[in-house]
Amino acid sequence: MKKIAVASGKGGTGKSTVSLLFALILSEDYRVKLIDCDVEEPNCHLFLEGPVKKQEPVKIFSPGFDLNKCTRCKKCEEVCEFNALVVTEKKILHFPELCHNCKGCLIVCPVGAVSDSYRVSGIVYDKSIDKKLSLRYAEQNIGEAKASPLIEAIKKDIQKDVQIVIYDSPPGAGCSMVETVNNADYVILIAEPTPFGLSDLKVTVEVLKKINVRTGLVINSSQKDNSILTDYASNIGLDILLNIPYSKEFAREYSRGIIVPDIFPGLKESVKELIKRL
Amino acid sequence: MKEVLVISGKGGTGKTSITAALAVLQKRIAVADCDVDAPDLHILLKPRRKSEEEFIGMKEAFIDHSKCTNCGICYEVCEFDAISKDIKKIPFRCEGCGVCSWNCPAGAIKMKDTVTAKTYIADINNGIMVHADLYPGAEHSGKLASRVKEILRQKAQAENFNKKLIDGPPGIGCPVISSLSGVGLAVIITEPTVSGIHDMERILKLCRHFNVEPEVVINKFDLNKEKSSEIERYLDKEGYSLIEKIPFSRKFVDALKKCKTIVEFEPEGILTQKIKNINSKIWSKNE
Repeated sequence: MKKIAVASGKGGTGKSTVSLLFALILSEDYRVKLIDCDVEEPNCHLFLEGPVKKQEPVKIFSPGFDLNKCTRCKKCEEVCEFNALVVTEKKILHFPELCHNCKGCLIVCPVGAVSDSYRVSGIVYDKSIDKKLSLRYAEQNIGEAKASPLIEAIKKDIQKDVQIVIYDSPPGAGCSMVETVNNADYVILIAEPTPFGLSDLKVTVEVLKKINVRTGLVINSSQKDNSILTDYASNIGLDILLNIPYSKEFAREYSRGIIVPDIFPGLKESVKELIKRL
Repeated sequence: MKEVLVISGKGGTGKTSITAALAVLQKRIAVADCDVDAPDLHILLKPRRKSEEEFIGMKEAFIDHSKCTNCGICYEVCEFDAISKDIKKIPFRCEGCGVCSWNCPAGAIKMKDTVTAKTYIADINNGIMVHADLYPGAEHSGKLASRVKEILRQKAQAENFNKKLIDGPPGIGCPVISSLSGVGLAVIITEPTVSGIHDMERILKLCRHFNVEPEVVINKFDLNKEKSSEIERYLDKEGYSLIEKIPFSRKFVDALKKCKTIVEFEPEGILTQKIKNINSKIWSKNE
């Protein structure tokens, strides 16, 4: 099983587009699972029709309190690094938006007054697209701050017969991106040849260096002169894997929820060739 | 004092290009870049740094291997898989909860303050800008976004700025929630694509959840006029207002390549006119 993550610091550079293109093209020859790790704003499911085979809530720890057992020793308040708990004579206040679900309060309570309760942070969906392609995505509940628990959940339990897994990363170079590329064999970075594109690419490369994973670059909305990106890439020894030109025709189809790989001549062949190298 | 935040849900819809253009239209303004994971506003506004400050974003666990007895309790209690079975810290995974340290019977794990970013106060031509560099892979960008906004508010107060404009991050998670808190108006930039619409609906719900009034700009509206109308119908039905529709144009990219805002690049153009319309609407409505 090959696991490929598609990432970019900047939003809207074509991560989902490239993930979808790769998924559609590669599923002609391999069994492919596309996992949309942008759980805050998932989009891949809007482009792939198919029945939802499974849907499951993701539960995260959220402490419950038994006030009769509680002795108001305040150990739970003390252990909580995130100030998510306040113990008063009358009750215990829990602020879920500050809670990191570390279970510190549960572990530290000497009288068993904290219970291992949970709340649902989002829903994971499994969608079957065709014989060789399936999609998994999740929707984080509105108001939930943390994406990582959902991203972790969505990457679990991949069917053994899947040959290629594609992780579509959320934008940014922060914890959600790190969670997405964690355990990937290869990271495809997407950037556009603009100053914003370069700046965010640099930030992302710096993060990935620390994780020590193989990376390569796809230039999206490629122009005649991509030197702003190619100069940087050759300086740091970053492989350029593909150039995808801007196409208004593709953008129009995309806007309606349709991905047409054939709009780019030769793309199918290049992607199939590329996957053998990664 | 008025505070306007520009967000989008979906990335790459034009938040930063539009925020920068709105900023240069003002006589005097205090600006902040709360997209701390991938900040770009400085590229267009070219801030000149006046002061910087280290930001202690979190505590982090440090294992003293000379005291460690390899009992494995820390490995078992860590909810974030930040410690391996052979008691090594795994990079980027520690959230600083301190549960390992609390439970270590040998006292071998200490929690230490960790600098996760630098924040800057800078001059721009017509005011000030607050921004930050998050260290590669550091956690807690929500906390940093809060800090950037806090500095913005303090500086704006101290130096009598009555307009504050904030460039926000994509998504609907922690840095967005931090950016939203307490602002007077959220300007949502969307685009007429299935993904733009889907993401706009979610960010509008988030605004409602946190009681912030949102208004919408459709960027590249003529890329798909049918989808644009769909957005307008949705906003109408849900009771949100549409401020402006900006036509699709490669000129935003041309301006960006010269590191200029569209207002500086083409002062008389249609896009500048559209930005001016947005400008007059957001500040008047936010009094």
